[in-house]
Amino acid sequence: MSKMLNLKLKIWRQDGPHSQGAFLEVDANDIPEDASFLEMLDVVNERLIDDDVEPITFGHDCREGICGSCGVMINGQAHGPEKATATCQLHMRKFNDGDEIVVEPWKAEAFPVLKDLMVDRRAFDRIIEAGGYISAPTGTPQDANATLIPKEVADTAMDAAACIGCGACVAACPNSAAQLFTSAKLAHLNVLPQGQSERWKRTENMVETMEDFFGSCTNHGECHDACPKEISLDFIAFMNRDYVKAKVKNRSLAAQ
Amino acid sequence: MVTLDSKVPDGPVAEKWDNHKFSIKLVNPSNKRKFDIIVVGTGLAGSSAAASLAELGYNVKVFTYHDSPRRAHSIAAQGGINAAKNYRNDGDSVHRLFYDTVKGGDYRSREANVHRLAQVSVDIIDQCVAQGVPFAREYGGLLANRSFGGAQVSRTFYARGQTGQQLLLGAYQALASQIATGKVTLYNHSDVLDIVTKDGEACGIVTRDMLTGEVHSHSAHAVVLATGGYSNVYYLSTNAMACNVTAAWRAHRKGALFANPCFSQIHPTCIPASDEFQSKLTLMSESLRNDGRIWVPRDRDETRSADQIPEDDRYYYLEEKYPSFGNLVPRDVASRNAKTVVDEGRGVGPLKNGVYLDFAAAIARDGAEAVKERYGNLFDMYERITGEDPYSTPMRIYPAIHYTMGGLWVDYNLMTTVPGLYAIGEANFSDHGANRLGASALMQGLADGYFVLPYTIGDHLAPKLGNTPVPTTDAVFTEAVQAVDDRTRQWTTKKGGTHGVEYYHRELGKIVWEYIGMARNEAGLQKALSEIPALREEFRKNVKVLGSPDGINSMLEKVNRVDDFMEFAELKARDALQREESCGGHFREESQTPEGEALRDDENFAYVSAWEWKGPDQPQELHKEPLEFENVKLTQRSYK
Repeated sequence: MSKMLNLKLKIWRQDGPHSQGAFLEVDANDIPEDASFLEMLDVVNERLIDDDVEPITFGHDCREGICGSCGVMINGQAHGPEKATATCQLHMRKFNDGDEIVVEPWKAEAFPVLKDLMVDRRAFDRIIEAGGYISAPTGTPQDANATLIPKEVADTAMDAAACIGCGACVAACPNSAAQLFTSAKLAHLNVLPQGQSERWKRTENMVETMEDFFGSCTNHGECHDACPKEISLDFIAFMNRDYVKAKVKNRSLAAQ
Repeated sequence: MVTLDSKVPDGPVAEKWDNHKFSIKLVNPSNKRKFDIIVVGTGLAGSSAAASLAELGYNVKVFTYHDSPRRAHSIAAQGGINAAKNYRNDGDSVHRLFYDTVKGGDYRSREANVHRLAQVSVDIIDQCVAQGVPFAREYGGLLANRSFGGAQVSRTFYARGQTGQQLLLGAYQALASQIATGKVTLYNHSDVLDIVTKDGEACGIVTRDMLTGEVHSHSAHAVVLATGGYSNVYYLSTNAMACNVTAAWRAHRKGALFANPCFSQIHPTCIPASDEFQSKLTLMSESLRNDGRIWVPRDRDETRSADQIPEDDRYYYLEEKYPSFGNLVPRDVASRNAKTVVDEGRGVGPLKNGVYLDFAAAIARDGAEAVKERYGNLFDMYERITGEDPYSTPMRIYPAIHYTMGGLWVDYNLMTTVPGLYAIGEANFSDHGANRLGASALMQGLADGYFVLPYTIGDHLAPKLGNTPVPTTDAVFTEAVQAVDDRTRQWTTKKGGTHGVEYYHRELGKIVWEYIGMARNEAGLQKALSEIPALREEFRKNVKVLGSPDGINSMLEKVNRVDDFMEFAELKARDALQREESCGGHFREESQTPEGEALRDDENFAYVSAWEWKGPDQPQELHKEPLEFENVKLTQRSYK
């Protein structure tokens, strides 16, 4: 059997978007070190229910580090202390017996708290709707091998597309900027040959939609450090370059 | 009286789909905007269907219980998607994919549907590449392929170990573009709690807004369920925590027949459970079996660490028993053999509940870098969960419930027995028979959503031109809303209670896994049929649900779902009991070959079992759709 841990938790509780929140202090005793962070919360919740206290609400679903539903600030770090790991894949063996752990929701104006640790990240969807796609209506497109895509390009697109949209980048940023998310989505499509026709319009629309919701990037790099998929800061540089180009190109087209 | 009309077109199997597409009714492009369609679920099937229908001009309302469509559980699929492209020059063809799938499904699927799936598989890859899905490429710029369990050709396309994620993002992005145009209205945080019918036809749904608790109704000319499978009836499964049977079950209660509920796929390569607090099992891609060798120590009392056990003392049971397929035997065979060796006491790990999946040979042959390139993210994931480094010590794996082949019965047009109600992707029963081959779930989800439903739905809609949808002020809606509201509120107005919902779900899971798991027998199934109703009664009486029905309440969301799982589990047991044969994911211990392989009974069981709801306290009635195999000869499956 695995080792058991006794922990002290300070968890943010908030009834709804307009309620006042406060920390709840709760003991989490006899937690197996093989449990994930969310399984630890499950155990705490079951004990709260036994005591007729409403369980703590948190976002979660796949628990495999891919759906991007989960994510909380753990001791001030997005997704906790382990690098390149979503909260659901963080295991209690990374903590020590007797630790005090502070658990809070993502903090950003664009991500209002819905309840307890759960926030509203729908602003990300607005960015995608602004152009985060290649217009290829369902039909009979050309053969998939008709366009050669160098392996390096496909790999780069995949590196960018690996983003799970969890919002840790925004939560970790002192400005609540969404540059890492937006640039990853842009780079995925902008490096591919299929993405070229809409490249400049896509860039302009997505960047400007992002700015409607989120803060500005001042190159802290906290986003990258918090990202469970280690999305590269290079994509932000790529986005900035494409945005300048887009401004020039879109303007010159408009003048024609 | 229900009659099962499969509507399979006449003619040779290879021509059925093309002929059918020509013969079904069309809706003129300018009339499509006069039709409203509801799509429930935003996984591969739901997102691709909603986007494609909107592109055609239909008005689409799409519902998801997530905050964003991109979080649907299709996102977690790792390994790949099959297509009969024959890019590898290894003899693949539409016919071979069709053949492999019918055989792999242990001859319990409908030939015509499977052939269509194989046919459109080719278009799916083209469509996804056009959308920008970053499939793996060779240095020459062409698409890369790999092989998967149950096939002897390399027909699987993949995007690292995140294929489902990339395909879903492709479909989600197509959906997002339609949301931006206004052709699709997205309702997120919406739990679909009932299907509404009028005069026997589907006309809408009832939802609970999971943020406010408000109950709403929505009407349309057709309703499409793309709600995934029922694996979470087992509690521990590889499915996401929120996956459930509710929408399909509510449709069943409204007249849609439920087919083959006893068929559940067990995935052979999951990380074994480590303790009883575990909330789910994590799957490791089946592609690992391409390079990993599976073994257990020959000696039951082995105490040495894996690297200290010499070759002679290792039992490579799949390679020994199935020389031609080896570690790539289909999932049911791999799973059952793992169970056998663990049951024999040869299991590995602290709880002796796993088998080794060993990459030492691949690392020695190709180098650690090459292995990292192929499986790096899976190895990282394994390390995070277990705290062990799979580059230096073999992984430990064990089977887990993963995918469900049963689902709502649908005809060739993917319509259920309720006119106007469709079921696509994992939510229907149609394509995989009793067992699903690797890399074919993604294929079916996208085939149904992109290339089947958008054609077949027209056949139902065309004659309805000029009809307005039933207004949500109609009594059928107000009554359904009231019933949903009453059902939801009953849990929270109840005082007291002994245990939370998780407790009852876990208890249900134990019964289902024990008696309707990897192997079933009559005595066990009878036991399940007495224990499940008793548990359900205890659950309904004593479950404790705190908080208010107005607003976010995760316990309330879950209690409705577990309530439906309780009813569903009973049907699953009854279906398994009547199928006195072994096939694919259904292994009846009474029916096996002398070597312990699954033994089918084609004489008596070559049918789809489709169950009709007869009321809350009545057992369902069994209807049978006979299956005919004209193109793939019924033979005993052999992977030796």
